[in-house]
Amino acid sequence: MKYVDEFRDGDIARQIAARIHAEARADRVYRFMEFCGGHTHALSRYGVTELLPPQVQMIHGPGCPVCVLPIGRIDLAIELALHRGAIVCTYGDTMRVPASQGLSLIKAKARGGDIRMVYSAADALKLAQATPDREVVFFAIGFETTTPPTALVVQQADRLGVQNFSVLCCHVLTPAAVTHILAAPDAQRDGRVELDGFVGPAHVSIVIGSQPYVPFAEGWHQPVVIAGFEPLDVMQAILMLIRQVNEGRAEVENEFTRAVTPHGNLAAQRLMDEVFEVRDSFEWRGLGEVPHSALKLRERYAAFDAERRFDLHYQPVPDHKACECGAILRGVKRPTDCKLFGTVCTPDNPMGSCMVSSEGACSAEYAYGHARRIPIHAA
Amino acid sequence: MATRPRYIRPLDFKAGRIDMSHGAGGRASAQLIEELFMPAFANEWLAQGHDGATFAPPPELAQGGQLVMATDAHVVSPIFFPGGDLGCLSVHGTINDVAMSGARPLYLSASFIIEEGYPLSDLRRLVQSMAQASHEAGVPIITGDTKVVEQGKGDGVFISTTGVGVTYPGLRIDGRQAQPGDVVFVSGTLGDHGVAVLSQRESLAFETTICSDTAALHTLVADLVAAAGPGLHVLRDPTRGGLATTLNEIAQQSGCGIHIDERALPVAPEVEAACELLGLDPLYVANEGKLIAICAPQAAARVQEALLAHPLGRGAQRIGEVVADAQCFVQMRTRFGGTRMVDWLTGEQLPRIC
Amino acid sequence: MCLALPTRIEEKRDGDEALVNLGGVRKLISIALVPEAQVGDHVIVHVGHAIGLLDPQEAERTLAMFAEVALTAAATPTGAAT
Repeated sequence: MKYVDEFRDGDIARQIAARIHAEARADRVYRFMEFCGGHTHALSRYGVTELLPPQVQMIHGPGCPVCVLPIGRIDLAIELALHRGAIVCTYGDTMRVPASQGLSLIKAKARGGDIRMVYSAADALKLAQATPDREVVFFAIGFETTTPPTALVVQQADRLGVQNFSVLCCHVLTPAAVTHILAAPDAQRDGRVELDGFVGPAHVSIVIGSQPYVPFAEGWHQPVVIAGFEPLDVMQAILMLIRQVNEGRAEVENEFTRAVTPHGNLAAQRLMDEVFEVRDSFEWRGLGEVPHSALKLRERYAAFDAERRFDLHYQPVPDHKACECGAILRGVKRPTDCKLFGTVCTPDNPMGSCMVSSEGACSAEYAYGHARRIPIHAA
Repeated sequence: MATRPRYIRPLDFKAGRIDMSHGAGGRASAQLIEELFMPAFANEWLAQGHDGATFAPPPELAQGGQLVMATDAHVVSPIFFPGGDLGCLSVHGTINDVAMSGARPLYLSASFIIEEGYPLSDLRRLVQSMAQASHEAGVPIITGDTKVVEQGKGDGVFISTTGVGVTYPGLRIDGRQAQPGDVVFVSGTLGDHGVAVLSQRESLAFETTICSDTAALHTLVADLVAAAGPGLHVLRDPTRGGLATTLNEIAQQSGCGIHIDERALPVAPEVEAACELLGLDPLYVANEGKLIAICAPQAAARVQEALLAHPLGRGAQRIGEVVADAQCFVQMRTRFGGTRMVDWLTGEQLPRIC
Repeated sequence: MCLALPTRIEEKRDGDEALVNLGGVRKLISIALVPEAQVGDHVIVHVGHAIGLLDPQEAERTLAMFAEVALTAAATPTGAAT
């Protein structure tokens, strides 16, 4: 696979790792937050974390849209399927997230809810056209990478005059989430944030560009390196972050130049702006209410807004008392700090979203982390 | 000889459909058996027309071999996919289950649950595919059953097959026999079947030349037994849940750990690409014509030779070893030289967006 | 931030659709979000949509940067266990 395999070269990885070992100072700790589910996955799948020196610590941030989706939103989707007779189309990621009353989308399906997994929003629209006598709702989750496809589909539905299609919009915004993390009281000690930098998301940045991260570098003095999705990209970005920290710089650097430009994909941004507007506030699982952090459909497209169409009312549902997903999502606690981790909460019986999604910090730790606690014999 | 009931007209394989009468046990059922199943499976047991089939004990019993029975229900969707269909899959699957117990498969039974309205043309295609698989493998289908369920109560067709076999005398091959130091082989490329089936699912539609690897592995097993004898410890086919799940099962049963090397895993480039596109891990994707062989280190060279010499083992690779590990973990050395846990599959692997 | 891969455009079809190729697997996707994409270009695909173009020159530059890091690593004794 061109432009993929070259960025997974094991030999080069080891050499970048050697550089990281050489340049990371022994007298300090480096805490970097990676904000992208894809990065969490790359780190785990390729065992990158093991190649890093112990003083370089990677913190998994709330970059997984499934992990930050509140239970109350999944409840709405389940309600539509079980009680309002709608066909609910969803990406595979959300199927197993536990919601209220011991249900999840996959369990609601077993109870007779017509819930269908789709690979793209366009599939949901096609289904609506094929079943004109049924209401079809697309459960739209995701950050700015996934939002433009939803916008396209809404416009298309409007153009074609499809009468039975709507979107349950749970799209969220990256910069708002980063601000929230930096501003959170428990992330700071003596007024300074305990993070040394961010690995910026790969594909969100293709859409929004590298400019939106400048306030974090300038305002919060946080180094940001936008990294591609492959393991070599991530490792290179970590090296670049270490250099910024060592040199006292706080800039937005772009490692993913092959796909990310300063301004991003303007066509996609224009489209998002035409179809969506920013909500005043939106609840993120684990982060609470975050201002200006999510999208809803504009008035012009009200007919396609499932919340308005079905008169849905969002009810916040608190997480299990002992569930530490919130603190974990903000990077202030580790999965192993959670009392439920590995005991009650496992991939087969997830209590919170960090365990359900394969990018969730807890799921990654559970699946791949055991090995780190076992002595590894050098080859 | 029993008098055959007279049928008003022969089954319409072009446009006809299964209806409730075909499962009722009466004339329509008999016609279905006589005009479809019997000519296709064509053997002396079915010709006798009894409810059950009798057969003599195989010679291996006298030499200390044991009888083996295995059963499997097959519900794959779609029913027809590149490289195979539900029919041959159900034959291969159960032959393989028997073979993986270190046994020579002898006979099969097949039961069909068919949905009212299912086209006879498709049913015939399936039955002929089963017949071909059965004849090529030399394992006859000697008894069977057919039921019909109302429309909406079945996914077209479900086929359940049961196989009977006899173990190779003097050998104990099962999931508990792996020992630290044993060598782990896989007989060929991983993930072909799962990707071939997924490529036909409407919502994921992608074009690929990947075909299912569905195949009967019993002759390969016979070669391995001949080559390694008691040095062969475990045989298993990594079907649902893929290689990862099967290795975890074996590790658990044997009370050992297993270490594999990612660079040694054979995966066809297209399978790798399809898995990337869908967010699937080839380690967890189903195979239907591959086996895992775990053997004593002294037998490894002979096992490798036997694998590579057989048409179904040409792509065989040595992928790892069994180690002492009280926690029975399966771990993989990644391309990067790091180590990663390879855990059990949780629920069904669903294509993901992030 | 999500699962997205660089694929090569093989054919452009009607209605903003294109046939792309990744490692021999072909899929029909939408290029509505990257209208300037041409046959032969590589686009990053996410949930059935191209979201951006891949710049081959930048890709080479990035790989060269890795190689340079690798060279430096090889030349400098690190004393660190890898």
